Amino acid sequence: MELRSNEFKPRAAANLLDEKLQRGLGLIKVKAVVNRASAVAEFGDFESLREVGKDIRDRALADLDLYLERFEREATARGAVVHWAENASEACRIIVQIARDNGVKKAAKSKSMVSEEIGLNDALIEAGVEVIETDLGEYILQINDAEPPSHIVMPVIHKTAEDVADLFHEKHGTPRKTDPAALTREAREILRPQFLSADMGISGANFIVAETGSTLIVTNEGNGRLCTTLPRLHVALTGIEKVVQTLEDASVLLRLLPRSATGQAITNYVSVHTGPKRLEESDGPQQFHIVLVDNGRSKLLAGDMREMLRCIRCGACMNHCPVYQAVGGHAYGWVYPGPMGNILTPSYVGLENAVALPNAATMCNQCGVVCPVKIPLPDLMRKLREEQMARGLKPWAERLGLALWGWAAQQPALYALGTRIAVRVMKWMGGSEKLIHRLPFVSGWTDGRDFPAPEGQTFRELCRARRTNELPPAAGGREPGGGRDARPESQPQNSAAKVTIDAHIAAHPTACSRSATGSRKNASAPAPRRSPARWRSCPPCRRCRAPWRATWSRTTCPPAASSGPACASSTGSAPASAWKTARRAATTSSASPAVSAPSPKPAR
Amino acid sequence: MRVALFVTCLADLMRPGVAFAALRLLEHGGCTVEVPDTQTCCGQPAYNSGDRATAMALAKKVIGEFEGFDYVVAPSGSCGGMIRAHYPELFRDDPALQKRAEALAARTYELTDFLVNILKLDGVPGDFAGTVTYHDSCSGLRELGVKAQPRALLAKLPGVKLVEMDEAETCCGFGGTFSLKFGEVSTQLADNKCGNACATGADAIVGGDLGCLLNIEGRLRRRGDMKTKVLHIAEVLAGRSD
Ligand code: SF4
Repeated sequence: MELRSNEFKPRAAANLLDEKLQRGLGLIKVKAVVNRASAVAEFGDFESLREVGKDIRDRALADLDLYLERFEREATARGAVVHWAENASEACRIIVQIARDNGVKKAAKSKSMVSEEIGLNDALIEAGVEVIETDLGEYILQINDAEPPSHIVMPVIHKTAEDVADLFHEKHGTPRKTDPAALTREAREILRPQFLSADMGISGANFIVAETGSTLIVTNEGNGRLCTTLPRLHVALTGIEKVVQTLEDASVLLRLLPRSATGQAITNYVSVHTGPKRLEESDGPQQFHIVLVDNGRSKLLAGDMREMLRCIRCGACMNHCPVYQAVGGHAYGWVYPGPMGNILTPSYVGLENAVALPNAATMCNQCGVVCPVKIPLPDLMRKLREEQMARGLKPWAERLGLALWGWAAQQPALYALGTRIAVRVMKWMGGSEKLIHRLPFVSGWTDGRDFPAPEGQTFRELCRARRTNELPPAAGGREPGGGRDARPESQPQNSAAKVTIDAHIAAHPTACSRSATGSRKNASAPAPRRSPARWRSCPPCRRCRAPWRATWSRTTCPPAASSGPACASSTGSAPASAWKTARRAATTSSASPAVSAPSPKPAR
Repeated sequence: MRVALFVTCLADLMRPGVAFAALRLLEHGGCTVEVPDTQTCCGQPAYNSGDRATAMALAKKVIGEFEGFDYVVAPSGSCGGMIRAHYPELFRDDPALQKRAEALAARTYELTDFLVNILKLDGVPGDFAGTVTYHDSCSGLRELGVKAQPRALLAKLPGVKLVEMDEAETCCGFGGTFSLKFGEVSTQLADNKCGNACATGADAIVGGDLGCLLNIEGRLRRRGDMKTKVLHIAEVLAGRSD
């Protein structure tokens, strides 16, 4: 399959504008997402099942070599021939050779993503073998000039029934029909004779079972069963990672796979192939070849992407991925789309050939929470991003931007200055609408969205300004009814600044539910009468327990003055100058963020 | 209870009112709130961009600034999630720092999670009245399990009616630098979110992460909707919802 992963961005953008495609993609949410959710709910404790599925796959991968050897032994003992292919071309060569050796003219295929991965159809056609795709979706793609699939389970999810109606009408020369059942019947009538006349049946394998040497496929259309029993040769083609230890293990994964893929409790057909037809059997191929493809998998086994080998190709990650749902599978430019493709494609074809893919995700982790074998897909994408960074595969502008920002964020004073300037400029840019319509360097945002302007001052700046410039309005005076003793309270001696909500009220006099006058008791204007109910809802001062005061308190009691204010009234009649001294002491110490640590309390 | 407020860079720069609202809520719950003065960013943008070195440097800084408190609270599931879910992994090769990161992670909370599960607030001071719809931000939801908490708090405001939108748990398309790198896709996802939110007829779209909220508001305004408010949950709960 032609590799176009580096064109992700332009192709994704084009797909967003393709109305027909968008109609087709809309079905994913309706079908796959909703169906999976109800299947999972119906099952009950799906989480535990996922955990077991993960363990089964991890166990298989931990001793992959042993299980593969066992598989080979068992399969061979039952009459199958096991072939090992290190890469795509070797796999194609092996299958072409099998075809040649047996005079194969026609091959009927059921769906196999590995065959797409290795480009098998082209290799067979070149060798003079006619290839018929018998999965309905794959058949539609094949007659549409060998269009690549856009999904690993539903290969034509990007097409509507209307598209298929046009295609069948054009290619089959039959009257146009739009009823899906009628379209399916038409395809079936064309495909049935093909099974009977094919010399070779080609299938994939959802799992291969070490203890019995069997390959296993799940299908809904029954074409898989016909492909693997009617032709005289059966070639099962799959990746080396698909091995599981026992049939029992396979049966657990069979509970996970269809539920995750299509929301079915079980697929219409589950076929287990163990050896070719035996003498006493009436159906089955005379020869059974199993081609096990590495094509980069063993490299993954040893590296950071190892967990990806757990994948059972259910497609749940793409069904639930908002990016996939929006742009469709073709944008990803290779066999495996969506989150799993964001990892597999760069892993198999080279990071430099799929630069955008690991970044083409919002890291929302919707994929990670639905993956039946708990692959932490966002974490793996992040690791690939790290590798891109290390190998200089990220655009220079991004690297420079990150480096500058990262450096500045480690210089609090500089960062504070920079952000103060930035928010002022941006506030000005936002004008009276408080919206920025264009921003240099971030057209990616402003092409389709406004940028809400900042308020013009940073939070830290507002904090600092009040800490250093403002005295609490009530600092020197007394609250009506004040003059209570400051409650002794052990206060940690640290420099962190604390502001109360009054600071916010001062910043947003009209914004708060309580107006400034409402809470500032000793403001020069007479305070309006508060309703008792309202008063009660005010949080008390943490020292004197009096309700909200007009206060701008230090976070902590300054070390030098035990009478430092918590709220205006709790300072009693402390003279303003004493407060000032205290404040100065605290402000000085606030230059350092050191905090004396209380005994940590793990929360949960 | 000494609680440090992790302001978050977006609240610091874009919406100081959100940080003040968070402060107010924490104080309302009886906390002694402190705002370490040198805080900047949790390092998530660097972390998610593959710049592990910068992420580690910033994480180290945050650990130093915040490890002395009983709790650390952030008005953001994304920053809270970064500290809770990712800091320990970040220092996997440095056992000493990893231990400190784990200790900090165990004490770090998203604001609504903290208000509900630690402070167990009986009431909130806000007085917002109107219909709201809640957008579940991805990190808060899937890294920290924030789902019921904001709804429980909104239910304490008698004037608030919550109407759930379709696909409330679906990403709004922000994704940090994703929103800049893949502008068209990001915009499309924001548009889907706006569509779902507006279909509820709510007066305000409320959420727990400023990144998402700015993204949603940006798209909403570009679509020509100048009416629907976009508010941080802290603003609604604390009473800044003009
Ligand atoms: S990564 Fe997980 S969700 Fe995606 S196809 Fe593989 S098994 Fe299914």
